[in-house]
Amino acid sequence: MRVSRGIRALGAVALLAVAPAFAEKLSSLNLHLPQDDEEFVGAGADTVNSACRACHSIEMVLTQPKLSASVWTAEVNKMRKIFKAPIDDADVAPIVDYLVRLQAGS
Amino acid sequence: MHSWNGFTDRRRFLRAAAAFTATAFAPTAEGAATIDLPLPGGPSARALTTAFPQKGEMILQRTRPPLLETPFEVFDEGVFTPNDRFFVRWHWAVIPESVDVSRFRLGVRGNVETPLSLTLEEIMAMPRVEMAAVNQCSGNSRGFFTPRVPGGEWGNGAMGNAIWTGVRLKDVLDRARVKAASVQVRFTGLDETVTEGAPRFLKSLDIDHARDGEVMIAYLMNGQPLPLLNGFPIRVIVPGWYSTYWTKMLSDIEVLDKADDNFWMKSAYLIPDTPHASVKPGETGFKSVPINRMVPRSFFTNIEGLASTAPSAHAPFRGVAFGGDCGVAAVECSLDGGATWTAAALGPERGAYGFRRWSFETTAPAAGAVEVAVRCTNAKGVAQPLEANWNAGGYMRNVVERVRLVVQ
Repeated sequence: MRVSRGIRALGAVALLAVAPAFAEKLSSLNLHLPQDDEEFVGAGADTVNSACRACHSIEMVLTQPKLSASVWTAEVNKMRKIFKAPIDDADVAPIVDYLVRLQAGS
Repeated sequence: MHSWNGFTDRRRFLRAAAAFTATAFAPTAEGAATIDLPLPGGPSARALTTAFPQKGEMILQRTRPPLLETPFEVFDEGVFTPNDRFFVRWHWAVIPESVDVSRFRLGVRGNVETPLSLTLEEIMAMPRVEMAAVNQCSGNSRGFFTPRVPGGEWGNGAMGNAIWTGVRLKDVLDRARVKAASVQVRFTGLDETVTEGAPRFLKSLDIDHARDGEVMIAYLMNGQPLPLLNGFPIRVIVPGWYSTYWTKMLSDIEVLDKADDNFWMKSAYLIPDTPHASVKPGETGFKSVPINRMVPRSFFTNIEGLASTAPSAHAPFRGVAFGGDCGVAAVECSLDGGATWTAAALGPERGAYGFRRWSFETTAPAAGAVEVAVRCTNAKGVAQPLEANWNAGGYMRNVVERVRLVVQ
Protein backbone atom coordinates (compact mmCIF):
# COMPACT_ATOMS: atom_id res chain seq x y z
CA MET A 1 0.00 0.00 0.00
CA ARG A 2 1.21 3.45 -0.87
CA VAL A 3 0.73 6.42 1.41
CA SER A 4 -0.50 9.24 -0.73
CA ARG A 5 1.81 12.10 -1.59
CA GLY A 6 -0.27 14.60 0.35
CA ILE A 7 0.18 12.97 3.71
CA ARG A 8 3.88 12.35 3.14
CA ALA A 9 4.47 16.00 2.42
CA LEU A 10 2.51 17.16 5.41
CA GLY A 11 3.86 14.49 7.69
CA ALA A 12 7.24 16.13 7.33
CA VAL A 13 5.87 19.40 8.61
CA ALA A 14 4.16 18.28 11.76
CA LEU A 15 2.41 15.32 13.30
CA LEU A 16 -1.09 16.65 13.33
CA ALA A 17 -3.64 14.79 15.37
CA VAL A 18 -6.26 15.79 12.89
CA ALA A 19 -5.63 16.68 9.31
CA PRO A 20 -8.62 18.65 8.08
CA ALA A 21 -6.54 19.79 5.12
CA PHE A 22 -7.08 16.36 3.59
CA ALA A 23 -10.73 16.18 4.29
CA GLU A 24 -12.25 16.73 0.88
CA LYS A 25 -15.76 17.68 1.58
CA LEU A 26 -18.23 14.96 0.73
CA SER A 27 -21.57 16.40 -0.27
CA SER A 28 -24.87 14.82 0.67
CA LEU A 29 -26.63 12.94 -2.09
CA ASN A 30 -30.30 12.85 -2.92
CA LEU A 31 -30.90 10.81 -6.04
CA HIS A 32 -33.58 8.67 -7.58
CA LEU A 33 -33.20 5.16 -8.88
CA PRO A 34 -35.32 4.27 -11.90
CA GLN A 35 -38.50 2.38 -11.17
CA ASP A 36 -39.39 -0.78 -13.01
CA ASP A 37 -42.92 -1.08 -14.28
CA GLU A 38 -42.67 -4.07 -16.61
CA GLU A 39 -44.87 -6.97 -15.59
CA PHE A 40 -45.30 -10.57 -16.58
CA VAL A 41 -48.40 -11.04 -18.72
CA GLY A 42 -50.60 -13.90 -19.85
CA ALA A 43 -52.25 -16.80 -18.09
CA GLY A 44 -51.00 -17.19 -14.52
CA ALA A 45 -49.09 -13.91 -14.54
CA ASP A 46 -50.76 -12.38 -11.48
CA THR A 47 -49.24 -14.91 -9.09
CA VAL A 48 -45.84 -14.64 -10.75
CA ASN A 49 -45.92 -10.85 -10.55
CA SER A 50 -46.74 -10.80 -6.85
CA ALA A 51 -44.19 -13.52 -6.09
CA CYS A 52 -41.20 -12.48 -8.20
CA ARG A 53 -41.67 -8.73 -8.45
CA ALA A 54 -41.89 -8.38 -4.68
CA CYS A 55 -38.09 -8.35 -4.61
CA HIS A 56 -36.82 -7.84 -8.16
CA SER A 57 -37.69 -6.61 -11.63
CA ILE A 58 -38.57 -9.09 -14.34
CA GLU A 59 -35.20 -8.98 -16.14
CA MET A 60 -33.91 -11.31 -13.42
CA VAL A 61 -36.16 -13.96 -14.92
CA LEU A 62 -35.92 -12.92 -18.58
CA THR A 63 -32.12 -13.10 -18.61
CA GLN A 64 -31.93 -16.66 -17.26
CA PRO A 65 -30.76 -19.46 -19.55
CA LYS A 66 -33.27 -22.19 -20.27
CA LEU A 67 -33.74 -23.95 -16.93
CA SER A 68 -35.49 -27.22 -16.20
CA ALA A 69 -38.63 -27.38 -14.08
CA SER A 70 -36.61 -28.89 -11.25
CA VAL A 71 -34.04 -26.07 -11.33
CA TRP A 72 -36.86 -23.48 -11.44
CA THR A 73 -38.49 -25.24 -8.49
CA ALA A 74 -35.26 -25.00 -6.51
CA GLU A 75 -35.01 -21.30 -7.39
CA VAL A 76 -38.61 -20.57 -6.39
CA ASN A 77 -38.16 -22.46 -3.14
CA LYS A 78 -34.96 -20.55 -2.39
CA MET A 79 -36.83 -17.29 -2.93
CA ARG A 80 -39.65 -18.49 -0.72
CA LYS A 81 -37.78 -20.14 2.14
CA ILE A 82 -34.61 -18.08 2.40
CA PHE A 83 -35.53 -14.72 0.92
CA LYS A 84 -39.09 -14.79 2.27
CA ALA A 85 -40.79 -13.99 -1.01
CA PRO A 86 -44.58 -13.90 -0.57
CA ILE A 87 -45.29 -17.30 -2.13
CA ASP A 88 -47.82 -19.82 -0.82
CA ASP A 89 -46.98 -23.52 -0.90
CA ALA A 90 -49.71 -24.10 -3.41
CA ASP A 91 -48.37 -21.43 -5.76
CA VAL A 92 -44.93 -22.97 -6.28
CA ALA A 93 -46.04 -25.41 -8.98
CA PRO A 94 -48.08 -22.86 -10.98
CA ILE A 95 -45.20 -20.37 -10.83
CA VAL A 96 -42.74 -22.98 -12.08
CA ASP A 97 -45.17 -23.94 -14.81
CA TYR A 98 -45.42 -20.30 -15.90
CA LEU A 99 -41.63 -19.89 -15.95
CA VAL A 100 -41.12 -23.04 -18.00
CA ARG A 101 -43.83 -21.95 -20.46
CA LEU A 102 -42.27 -18.49 -20.62
CA GLN A 103 -38.89 -19.91 -21.61
CA ALA A 104 -40.49 -22.25 -24.12
CA GLY A 105 -42.10 -19.21 -25.71
CA SER A 106 -45.52 -20.75 -25.45
CA MET B 1 -19.58 -1.92 -35.97
CA HIS B 2 -16.36 -0.43 -34.78
CA SER B 3 -13.07 -0.27 -36.54
CA TRP B 4 -9.77 -0.21 -34.76
CA ASN B 5 -6.35 -0.43 -36.35
CA GLY B 6 -7.68 -1.75 -39.61
CA PHE B 7 -9.69 -4.48 -37.96
CA THR B 8 -13.34 -4.68 -38.54
CA ASP B 9 -14.54 -5.79 -35.16
CA ARG B 10 -17.64 -7.88 -35.09
CA ARG B 11 -18.85 -6.54 -31.79
CA ARG B 12 -22.43 -7.50 -31.87
CA PHE B 13 -24.14 -4.22 -31.21
CA LEU B 14 -27.77 -4.54 -32.05
CA ARG B 15 -28.71 -0.91 -31.90
CA ALA B 16 -32.41 -0.46 -32.38
CA ALA B 17 -32.85 -4.21 -32.53
CA ALA B 18 -36.30 -5.27 -31.55
CA ALA B 19 -36.64 -8.16 -29.16
CA PHE B 20 -35.09 -8.27 -25.71
CA THR B 21 -35.54 -12.00 -25.54
CA ALA B 22 -37.23 -14.55 -27.70
CA THR B 23 -40.31 -14.44 -25.52
CA ALA B 24 -43.65 -12.91 -26.18
CA PHE B 25 -43.00 -10.43 -23.40
CA ALA B 26 -40.63 -8.06 -25.23
CA PRO B 27 -40.29 -5.43 -22.52
CA THR B 28 -37.78 -3.07 -24.17
CA ALA B 29 -39.09 0.16 -25.53
CA GLU B 30 -39.10 0.39 -29.27
CA GLY B 31 -35.86 1.88 -30.51
CA ALA B 32 -33.92 1.16 -27.34
CA ALA B 33 -30.29 0.25 -27.89
CA THR B 34 -29.32 -3.29 -27.07
CA ILE B 35 -26.10 -5.28 -27.04
CA ASP B 36 -25.43 -8.97 -27.57
CA LEU B 37 -22.99 -10.22 -24.92
CA PRO B 38 -23.07 -13.03 -26.46
CA LEU B 39 -23.98 -15.85 -24.08
CA PRO B 40 -24.12 -19.46 -25.26
CA GLY B 41 -27.69 -20.59 -25.78
CA GLY B 42 -29.01 -17.13 -24.90
CA PRO B 43 -30.88 -15.11 -24.03
CA SER B 44 -28.02 -12.83 -24.78
CA ALA B 45 -29.44 -9.46 -25.78
CA ARG B 46 -29.33 -6.77 -23.10
CA ALA B 47 -30.62 -3.22 -23.14
CA LEU B 48 -28.15 -0.38 -22.84
CA THR B 49 -29.29 2.20 -20.31
CA THR B 50 -28.42 5.70 -19.19
CA ALA B 51 -31.28 5.83 -16.68
CA PHE B 52 -29.24 5.34 -13.51
CA PRO B 53 -27.97 8.32 -11.48
CA GLN B 54 -24.27 9.15 -11.77
CA LYS B 55 -23.91 6.47 -14.46
CA GLY B 56 -23.20 6.73 -18.16
CA GLU B 57 -24.23 4.08 -20.63
CA MET B 58 -24.35 0.68 -18.95
CA ILE B 59 -25.56 -2.79 -19.85
CA LEU B 60 -28.85 -3.35 -18.04
CA GLN B 61 -28.86 -6.76 -16.41
CA ARG B 62 -31.58 -5.90 -13.89
CA THR B 63 -33.34 -2.67 -12.95
CA ARG B 64 -34.26 -3.57 -9.36
CA PRO B 65 -32.13 -4.15 -7.40
CA PRO B 66 -29.65 -2.75 -9.90
CA LEU B 67 -27.25 -4.99 -11.80
CA LEU B 68 -25.34 -2.89 -14.33
CA GLU B 69 -22.49 -4.24 -16.43
CA THR B 70 -19.64 -2.23 -17.91
CA PRO B 71 -19.68 -2.29 -21.74
CA PHE B 72 -16.41 -3.97 -22.65
CA GLU B 73 -15.06 -1.23 -24.90
CA VAL B 74 -14.68 0.93 -21.77
CA PHE B 75 -11.75 -1.29 -20.75
CA ASP B 76 -9.94 -0.35 -23.98
CA GLU B 77 -9.95 3.32 -23.01
CA GLY B 78 -7.57 3.21 -20.07
CA VAL B 79 -6.23 1.25 -17.15
CA PHE B 80 -8.74 2.77 -14.71
CA THR B 81 -12.47 2.28 -15.12
CA PRO B 82 -14.40 5.58 -14.94
CA ASN B 83 -16.76 5.85 -11.98
CA ASP B 84 -19.73 6.48 -14.26
CA ARG B 85 -19.07 3.23 -16.16
CA PHE B 86 -18.13 1.05 -13.17
CA PHE B 87 -20.28 -2.05 -12.72
CA VAL B 88 -23.04 -2.15 -10.11
CA ARG B 89 -24.41 -5.08 -8.14
CA TRP B 90 -26.91 -5.02 -5.26
CA HIS B 91 -28.61 -7.92 -3.51
CA TRP B 92 -31.58 -6.19 -1.91
CA ALA B 93 -33.71 -3.41 -3.37
CA VAL B 94 -34.00 -1.25 -0.25
CA ILE B 95 -31.11 1.09 -1.07
CA PRO B 96 -31.02 4.60 0.40
CA GLU B 97 -31.42 7.18 -2.36
CA SER B 98 -30.22 9.98 -0.15
CA VAL B 99 -27.30 10.13 2.26
CA ASP B 100 -26.82 13.08 4.61
CA VAL B 101 -23.07 13.28 5.13
CA SER B 102 -23.41 15.27 8.36
CA ARG B 103 -25.62 12.63 9.96
CA PHE B 104 -23.85 9.54 8.62
CA ARG B 105 -22.07 7.40 11.24
CA LEU B 106 -19.89 4.32 10.99
CA GLY B 107 -20.40 2.08 14.01
CA VAL B 108 -17.61 -0.14 15.31
CA ARG B 109 -18.79 -2.51 17.98
CA GLY B 110 -18.86 -6.09 19.19
CA ASN B 111 -15.74 -7.61 20.71
CA VAL B 112 -13.98 -4.26 21.25
CA GLU B 113 -12.92 -2.24 24.30
CA THR B 114 -14.14 1.07 22.87
CA PRO B 115 -17.19 1.01 20.64
CA LEU B 116 -17.09 3.85 18.14
CA SER B 117 -19.54 5.95 16.20
CA LEU B 118 -17.41 7.76 13.63
CA THR B 119 -18.43 10.73 11.52
CA LEU B 120 -17.16 11.01 7.97
CA GLU B 121 -14.95 13.91 9.07
CA GLU B 122 -13.41 11.74 11.76
CA ILE B 123 -12.74 8.99 9.25
CA MET B 124 -11.26 11.38 6.70
CA ALA B 125 -8.98 12.86 9.35
CA MET B 126 -7.31 9.49 9.95
CA PRO B 127 -4.05 8.56 8.13
CA ARG B 128 -4.87 8.35 4.46
CA VAL B 129 -3.85 5.63 2.05
CA GLU B 130 -4.58 4.88 -1.57
CA MET B 131 -4.35 1.83 -3.73
CA ALA B 132 -5.26 0.69 -7.22
CA ALA B 133 -7.30 -2.49 -7.08
CA VAL B 134 -9.61 -4.52 -9.27
CA ASN B 135 -13.14 -4.93 -7.97
CA GLN B 136 -14.63 -8.03 -9.59
CA CYS B 137 -17.94 -9.77 -8.95
CA SER B 138 -17.58 -13.40 -7.85
CA GLY B 139 -19.88 -14.30 -10.73
CA ASN B 140 -18.25 -12.16 -13.41
CA SER B 141 -18.60 -14.05 -16.73
CA ARG B 142 -21.22 -16.43 -15.28
CA GLY B 143 -23.17 -16.22 -18.54
CA PHE B 144 -20.35 -18.10 -20.32
CA PHE B 145 -20.58 -21.17 -18.08
CA THR B 146 -21.33 -24.35 -20.01
CA PRO B 147 -23.66 -25.87 -19.03
CA ARG B 148 -25.30 -22.62 -18.04
CA VAL B 149 -26.19 -21.94 -14.39
CA PRO B 150 -28.86 -19.67 -12.88
CA GLY B 151 -27.87 -16.31 -11.38
CA GLY B 152 -26.85 -12.89 -12.61
CA GLU B 153 -26.04 -13.64 -16.25
CA TRP B 154 -23.02 -11.39 -16.66
CA GLY B 155 -20.69 -11.16 -19.61
CA ASN B 156 -17.11 -10.19 -18.74
CA GLY B 157 -17.91 -6.67 -17.59
CA ALA B 158 -18.74 -7.20 -13.91
CA MET B 159 -15.32 -5.86 -12.99
CA GLY B 160 -13.44 -2.60 -12.85
CA ASN B 161 -10.18 -1.07 -11.71
CA ALA B 162 -10.00 2.10 -9.63
CA ILE B 163 -7.72 4.02 -7.32
CA TRP B 164 -9.28 3.77 -3.90
CA THR B 165 -8.52 6.42 -1.29
CA GLY B 166 -9.40 6.03 2.34
CA VAL B 167 -8.17 4.64 5.62
CA ARG B 168 -6.81 1.31 6.74
CA LEU B 169 -9.43 -0.91 8.35
CA LYS B 170 -6.65 -1.82 10.79
CA ASP B 171 -6.43 1.78 12.01
CA VAL B 172 -10.18 1.91 12.62
CA LEU B 173 -10.12 -1.43 14.47
CA ASP B 174 -7.10 -0.36 16.54
CA ARG B 175 -8.96 2.79 17.55
CA ALA B 176 -11.78 0.61 18.87
CA ARG B 177 -9.22 -1.65 20.62
CA VAL B 178 -10.17 -5.14 19.49
CA LYS B 179 -10.32 -7.61 22.35
CA ALA B 180 -8.24 -10.77 22.44
CA ALA B 181 -9.74 -13.93 20.98
CA SER B 182 -11.59 -12.10 18.24
CA VAL B 183 -12.24 -14.29 15.21
CA GLN B 184 -13.90 -12.32 12.42
CA VAL B 185 -15.01 -8.82 11.49
CA ARG B 186 -18.47 -8.43 9.96
CA PHE B 187 -19.57 -5.62 7.65
CA THR B 188 -23.07 -4.22 7.21
CA GLY B 189 -24.15 -1.61 4.69
CA LEU B 190 -27.15 0.72 4.63
CA ASP B 191 -29.09 -1.54 2.26
CA GLU B 192 -31.92 -3.53 3.78
CA THR B 193 -34.06 -6.49 2.88
CA VAL B 194 -37.31 -6.06 1.02
CA THR B 195 -39.02 -8.88 2.87
CA GLU B 196 -39.36 -9.28 6.61
CA GLY B 197 -37.23 -11.96 8.19
CA ALA B 198 -34.94 -12.37 5.19
CA PRO B 199 -31.16 -12.31 5.69
CA ARG B 200 -29.58 -8.90 5.41
CA PHE B 201 -26.47 -8.88 3.22
CA LEU B 202 -23.64 -9.31 5.71
CA LYS B 203 -20.06 -10.37 4.94
CA SER B 204 -17.11 -11.14 7.18
CA LEU B 205 -13.34 -11.40 7.00
CA ASP B 206 -11.02 -13.21 9.39
CA ILE B 207 -9.61 -10.87 12.03
CA ASP B 208 -6.01 -11.23 10.80
CA HIS B 209 -7.08 -10.43 7.25
CA ALA B 210 -9.08 -7.42 8.45
CA ARG B 211 -5.98 -6.17 10.27
CA ASP B 212 -3.44 -6.87 7.52
CA GLY B 213 -3.00 -3.17 6.74
CA GLU B 214 -4.20 -3.61 3.15
CA VAL B 215 -7.95 -3.89 3.67
CA MET B 216 -9.32 -0.38 3.47
CA ILE B 217 -12.39 1.75 3.97
CA ALA B 218 -12.54 3.99 0.90
CA TYR B 219 -14.22 7.39 0.60
CA LEU B 220 -12.79 8.26 -2.81
CA MET B 221 -12.81 6.28 -6.04
CA ASN B 222 -10.54 7.56 -8.80
CA GLY B 223 -10.20 10.76 -6.77
CA GLN B 224 -13.93 11.45 -6.54
CA PRO B 225 -16.63 10.55 -4.03
CA LEU B 226 -18.05 7.11 -4.74
CA PRO B 227 -21.21 7.05 -6.86
CA LEU B 228 -24.22 6.14 -4.73
CA LEU B 229 -24.55 2.82 -6.52
CA ASN B 230 -20.89 1.98 -5.90
CA GLY B 231 -21.27 2.51 -2.16
CA PHE B 232 -21.35 6.22 -1.26
CA PRO B 233 -20.16 7.46 1.17
CA ILE B 234 -17.74 4.65 2.15
CA ARG B 235 -17.13 1.06 1.18
CA VAL B 236 -14.80 -1.76 2.14
CA ILE B 237 -11.86 -2.48 -0.20
CA VAL B 238 -10.44 -6.00 0.02
CA PRO B 239 -7.52 -6.04 -2.43
CA GLY B 240 -7.19 -9.32 -4.30
CA TRP B 241 -10.52 -10.69 -3.05
CA TYR B 242 -13.84 -10.88 -4.85
CA SER B 243 -16.26 -8.00 -4.61
CA THR B 244 -18.72 -9.80 -2.36
CA TYR B 245 -16.55 -8.70 0.59
CA TRP B 246 -16.32 -5.07 -0.55
CA THR B 247 -19.39 -3.95 1.44
CA LYS B 248 -20.98 -0.82 -0.02
CA MET B 249 -22.43 2.05 2.04
CA LEU B 250 -20.54 0.58 4.99
CA SER B 251 -22.36 1.58 8.18
CA ASP B 252 -21.44 -1.02 10.76
CA ILE B 253 -18.37 -3.05 11.67
CA GLU B 254 -18.90 -5.80 14.21
CA VAL B 255 -15.97 -7.69 15.71
CA LEU B 256 -17.05 -11.28 16.32
CA ASP B 257 -15.69 -13.75 18.87
CA LYS B 258 -16.70 -16.67 16.67
CA ALA B 259 -16.95 -17.43 12.98
CA ASP B 260 -19.83 -15.71 11.23
CA ASP B 261 -22.58 -18.22 10.44
CA ASN B 262 -24.98 -15.82 8.73
CA PHE B 263 -26.55 -17.02 5.46
CA TRP B 264 -24.25 -14.97 3.21
CA MET B 265 -21.14 -16.56 4.71
CA LYS B 266 -22.38 -20.05 5.52
CA SER B 267 -24.69 -20.85 2.61
CA ALA B 268 -24.08 -18.37 -0.18
CA TYR B 269 -20.97 -17.46 -2.17
CA LEU B 270 -19.51 -20.91 -1.55
CA ILE B 271 -17.08 -22.53 -3.98
CA PRO B 272 -15.91 -26.14 -4.28
CA ASP B 273 -12.65 -26.60 -2.37
CA THR B 274 -11.06 -28.08 -5.52
CA PRO B 275 -8.48 -26.88 -8.08
CA HIS B 276 -9.95 -23.87 -9.98
CA ALA B 277 -13.08 -24.28 -7.81
CA SER B 278 -14.11 -26.72 -10.49
CA VAL B 279 -16.33 -29.80 -10.37
CA LYS B 280 -18.26 -31.82 -12.91
CA PRO B 281 -21.89 -30.81 -13.50
CA GLY B 282 -24.00 -32.90 -11.14
CA GLU B 283 -21.05 -33.84 -8.95
CA THR B 284 -21.72 -33.94 -5.20
CA GLY B 285 -19.82 -34.83 -2.05
CA PHE B 286 -17.08 -32.21 -2.31
CA LYS B 287 -16.22 -29.76 0.45
CA SER B 288 -17.33 -26.14 -0.05
CA VAL B 289 -15.67 -23.02 1.33
CA PRO B 290 -16.47 -19.30 1.18
CA ILE B 291 -15.18 -17.70 -2.01
CA ASN B 292 -11.98 -15.79 -1.30
CA ARG B 293 -8.91 -14.82 -3.35
CA MET B 294 -9.16 -13.85 -6.99
CA VAL B 295 -7.32 -15.68 -9.74
CA PRO B 296 -5.46 -14.21 -12.75
CA ARG B 297 -7.33 -13.07 -15.84
CA SER B 298 -6.53 -11.34 -19.11
CA PHE B 299 -8.79 -9.93 -21.80
CA PHE B 300 -8.65 -8.54 -25.30
CA THR B 301 -10.10 -5.04 -25.30
CA ASN B 302 -9.66 -3.95 -28.94
CA ILE B 303 -11.41 -7.01 -30.37
CA GLU B 304 -14.31 -9.00 -29.08
CA GLY B 305 -14.78 -12.51 -30.37
CA LEU B 306 -14.23 -12.12 -34.05
CA ALA B 307 -12.44 -9.63 -36.28
CA SER B 308 -11.71 -9.53 -39.96
CA THR B 309 -8.60 -8.09 -41.54
CA ALA B 310 -6.83 -7.76 -44.87
CA PRO B 311 -4.45 -10.56 -46.01
CA SER B 312 -1.02 -10.37 -44.35
CA ALA B 313 -2.00 -7.16 -42.55
CA HIS B 314 -0.39 -5.87 -39.39
CA ALA B 315 -2.56 -7.20 -36.54
CA PRO B 316 -2.15 -5.49 -33.18
CA PHE B 317 -3.91 -6.83 -30.10
CA ARG B 318 -4.21 -5.19 -26.74
CA GLY B 319 -6.03 -5.59 -23.49
CA VAL B 320 -5.94 -5.65 -19.72
CA ALA B 321 -4.76 -8.30 -17.28
CA PHE B 322 -4.66 -8.68 -13.54
CA GLY B 323 -2.97 -11.18 -11.28
CA GLY B 324 -5.85 -11.75 -8.89
CA ASP B 325 -4.43 -11.82 -5.36
CA CYS B 326 -0.99 -10.55 -6.46
CA GLY B 327 0.67 -8.78 -9.36
CA VAL B 328 1.07 -9.79 -13.00
CA ALA B 329 4.30 -11.65 -13.84
CA ALA B 330 3.63 -12.18 -17.54
CA VAL B 331 1.02 -11.91 -20.25
CA GLU B 332 1.54 -14.12 -23.28
CA CYS B 333 -0.25 -14.78 -26.53
CA SER B 334 -0.56 -17.99 -28.50
CA LEU B 335 -1.38 -18.45 -32.18
CA ASP B 336 -1.43 -22.24 -32.04
CA GLY B 337 -4.13 -23.07 -29.56
CA GLY B 338 -1.90 -22.84 -26.52
CA ALA B 339 0.99 -25.07 -27.67
CA THR B 340 3.49 -22.19 -27.69
CA TRP B 341 3.33 -18.76 -26.10
CA THR B 342 5.02 -15.45 -26.88
CA ALA B 343 5.38 -12.66 -24.33
CA ALA B 344 3.15 -9.63 -24.77
CA ALA B 345 4.47 -6.17 -23.90
CA LEU B 346 3.28 -4.95 -20.50
CA GLY B 347 2.31 -1.42 -19.57
CA PRO B 348 3.47 0.09 -16.28
CA GLU B 349 2.29 -1.47 -13.03
CA ARG B 350 -0.01 0.91 -11.18
CA GLY B 351 -0.33 -1.31 -8.11
CA ALA B 352 -0.12 -5.06 -7.76
CA TYR B 353 -3.88 -5.47 -7.41
CA GLY B 354 -4.84 -3.33 -10.39
CA PHE B 355 -5.21 -3.83 -14.14
CA ARG B 356 -2.09 -3.98 -16.26
CA ARG B 357 -2.26 -3.04 -19.94
CA TRP B 358 -0.74 -5.47 -22.42
CA SER B 359 -0.14 -5.39 -26.19
CA PHE B 360 0.93 -7.94 -28.80
CA GLU B 361 1.49 -7.65 -32.51
CA THR B 362 1.46 -10.25 -35.23
CA THR B 363 0.84 -10.49 -38.95
CA ALA B 364 -2.43 -11.82 -40.26
CA PRO B 365 -2.18 -14.92 -42.48
CA ALA B 366 -2.36 -14.53 -46.28
CA ALA B 367 -5.68 -16.34 -46.20
CA GLY B 368 -7.87 -18.23 -43.77
CA ALA B 369 -8.16 -17.54 -40.09
CA VAL B 370 -6.06 -17.52 -36.97
CA GLU B 371 -7.10 -17.87 -33.35
CA VAL B 372 -5.27 -15.72 -30.85
CA ALA B 373 -5.27 -16.64 -27.16
CA VAL B 374 -4.08 -14.54 -24.21
CA ARG B 375 -2.89 -15.87 -20.86
CA CYS B 376 -1.85 -14.12 -17.66
CA THR B 377 0.57 -15.69 -15.18
CA ASN B 378 0.60 -13.98 -11.81
CA ALA B 379 3.49 -13.19 -9.46
CA LYS B 380 2.81 -16.40 -7.54
CA GLY B 381 3.28 -18.44 -10.74
CA VAL B 382 -0.42 -19.19 -11.18
CA ALA B 383 -1.50 -19.16 -14.83
CA GLN B 384 -4.94 -19.05 -16.40
CA PRO B 385 -6.16 -22.52 -17.43
CA LEU B 386 -6.86 -23.50 -21.04
CA GLU B 387 -10.04 -25.27 -19.98
CA ALA B 388 -12.92 -23.40 -18.34
CA ASN B 389 -13.80 -24.28 -14.77
CA TRP B 390 -17.35 -25.17 -13.80
CA ASN B 391 -19.33 -24.94 -10.57
CA ALA B 392 -23.03 -24.53 -9.86
CA GLY B 393 -22.61 -20.98 -8.54
CA GLY B 394 -20.97 -19.73 -11.72
CA TYR B 395 -17.97 -18.42 -9.78
CA MET B 396 -14.31 -17.72 -10.53
CA ARG B 397 -14.25 -18.13 -14.29
CA ASN B 398 -10.73 -17.37 -15.54
CA VAL B 399 -10.20 -19.49 -18.63
CA VAL B 400 -7.76 -18.26 -21.31
CA GLU B 401 -9.67 -15.89 -23.61
CA ARG B 402 -9.57 -16.30 -27.38
CA VAL B 403 -10.43 -14.19 -30.41
CA ARG B 404 -10.61 -15.25 -34.02
CA LEU B 405 -9.04 -13.23 -36.80
CA VAL B 406 -10.47 -13.92 -40.25
CA VAL B 407 -8.79 -12.77 -43.47
CA GLN B 408 -11.21 -11.29 -45.96
